Amino acid sequence: MSYIYYPGCSLKGTGRAYEESLLAVFKALELELEELHDWNCCGATSYMSVSELKAFALCARNFALAEKQAKKSGTTDLVVPCAACYLGLNKAKKYLDQYPDIRTKVDQALATANLSYNDNIRIRHPLDVLVNDIKREDITAKVKRPLNGLNVACYYGCQIVRPYAEFDDQENPQSMNVLVRALGAATVDWPLKTRCCGGSLTGTVQSVGQQLSYFLLREAIRRGADVIVTACPLCQFNLECYQNEMSGRFDAPVHIPVLYFTQLMGIALGIGDRELALQRLFVPFKPKAIMRQVAGGANVGN
Amino acid sequence: MEKWEGWLKIRYESELDQDFAGEIASVPGADKLFTCIQCGTCSGMCPLSPFMDYTPRQIIAMIRAGFKGEVLSSYTTWLCASCYSCTVECPKDIKLTDIMYAAKRLAIREGAYPKRFPIPVLANEFFKSVEDTGRSNEGRVLIKLYLKTKPLNMLKQATLGLKLMLRGRFSLKKEQVQGRDGLHRMMKFLEKEHMVKTKANSIAQKEAAV
Repeated sequence: MSYIYYPGCSLKGTGRAYEESLLAVFKALELELEELHDWNCCGATSYMSVSELKAFALCARNFALAEKQAKKSGTTDLVVPCAACYLGLNKAKKYLDQYPDIRTKVDQALATANLSYNDNIRIRHPLDVLVNDIKREDITAKVKRPLNGLNVACYYGCQIVRPYAEFDDQENPQSMNVLVRALGAATVDWPLKTRCCGGSLTGTVQSVGQQLSYFLLREAIRRGADVIVTACPLCQFNLECYQNEMSGRFDAPVHIPVLYFTQLMGIALGIGDRELALQRLFVPFKPKAIMRQVAGGANVGN
Repeated sequence: MEKWEGWLKIRYESELDQDFAGEIASVPGADKLFTCIQCGTCSGMCPLSPFMDYTPRQIIAMIRAGFKGEVLSSYTTWLCASCYSCTVECPKDIKLTDIMYAAKRLAIREGAYPKRFPIPVLANEFFKSVEDTGRSNEGRVLIKLYLKTKPLNMLKQATLGLKLMLRGRFSLKKEQVQGRDGLHRMMKFLEKEHMVKTKANSIAQKEAAV
């Protein structure tokens, strides 16, 4: 199966490890990703705060480009891994569909760049693809290093399931938990899995943003998680990169590896550490050492 | 939060802006504003409400009553991190996140947002960067943010920046799309098209020009 792939800005920057591990995992599962040619920023939350129309137009440009590319590649599925991009594009698609006022203006704007959008795009999250387009057995069959004994907290964050996603439950999503369990790991019961990590507040109003991330980390640790996995570049950044600062700022120190779910999948599928960009982590996750620790060495492959 | 502004002020009806609620409600998705039953589910769901000067429920009541100045200069709308918990749980299907966005846009357009509060500054810098290149340049935007708000914080963040750089996660290289001209034409076309028509559009254009 093949898909058009929309990386978004973060996956080329702070979230590079997400892109690298996603590409490696999709390749291992024989799912083809072809990058959207000349994609532009989705606008994220900041754009919506300044100009709604321009935010929708930015998304529409991506749709128009994807439709062009779809003619050659034969797929209309746009895979969007970043949570903010996924929400932004989904929202734009819904609003362009529901509000003719917006649609007319955006269509006129597209025309100035010789582009057009004809509603022929489907927006998919990698979790959606991995849970619905391939059989669970096909994943388990490819597991070379079962993660037995590893306790994983699956963190969805806000913007994947809220408010537009249809592939999972908004209050208690399961797709990532299902995938992680297919790798042999256990998932911890952690009700904060869709609670906000603070988003960009960790960079703007740090005392507030870090407080929100800290709650999540502390509760995950208290519930026995060995590692947190996430599907959003900003969540990953917030939960991982400020752990030192948070340990100094709040009452108890926090220390726990935070991976992209694709990195954890890649480990189980036997993909090499560098290919999965594990060297980019702040809090190291060394599969061999950790698996030896949690499983007494029984399941450590090469 | 820089200073505590006190609780909801008492206002005479004549001091309130009677058009404000209509202005906000005219934004797509915000039209259900008037059906709010003030149940407070939004404030209860909101992970940021403990840090806000007015809770989301209060903001809705204030918009409806016409407390325009207070709403547009509040920290609340900017602290909203767009997690959509309120929108999903609202029993009256009010899209609170969209209402927060509408208030943010109006605050920027009218120059009423809390000055030197880093969040609107970030929004503006991000906006300018993407409008210019078509892509967000995280590193460059953050540096501008710190220069404009708390330059000293940049030193504190230097270690983080260095650690990111060592892991190949931070760069100052300028990313841009090839179809930049087309994108500029699109944005220019939309320049004058605001979803909310206000008398303060000229102020907005002045702001955008700065």
